[in-house]
Amino acid sequence: MQLAKVIGDVVVTRKDDALTGIKLLVLQPIGADGSNVGRTLVAVDAVGSGVGETVFFVRGKEASFPFYPTEVPADAGIVGIVDHYDIDELTN
Amino acid sequence: MILARIVGTVVATRKDPRLVSNKLLVARPMDPHGKSEGNYLVAVDTVDAGVGETVLIVSGSSARMAAGMKDCPVDAAVVGIVDTVEVAAGD
Repeated sequence: MQLAKVIGDVVVTRKDDALTGIKLLVLQPIGADGSNVGRTLVAVDAVGSGVGETVFFVRGKEASFPFYPTEVPADAGIVGIVDHYDIDELTN
Repeated sequence: MILARIVGTVVATRKDPRLVSNKLLVARPMDPHGKSEGNYLVAVDTVDAGVGETVLIVSGSSARMAAGMKDCPVDAAVVGIVDTVEVAAGD
């Protein structure tokens, strides 16, 4: 899993039926110090997160598991909202 | 998933039988602001997308979960036509 910041949302009217009712958010992956790392991506939301929050997400087929038994065609999914995180290397 | 703009179509006569009657599109990935980035890719179309449209593409084994793609040899599928992308100020 990877940390990311939710930076936006996507509105998609015509889509795969299995995506109906699922929120799509734009993520910017971040590093340990909160700086941007890599390209932005679109992820399905399984936890009710929103723009401005720090989240963690899974890549791959596992992104659809929270919606089981529906087979959602997703390769990235938000599975948690981060309250806070500590990294020893950064504080010491 | 990634955002991409459809820039072309692919015609292939000889192909895997499970790809018959599926439309193949050439897509250029883009960032949320509309700027192109990365390499072109070929994606199978499941939502009747066309050239010039902004779409949502799912990659990897998840592409096979798109409608009608079960057990098909695909690793990228267009699963949505994007109406709008809204990005927070400063991002």
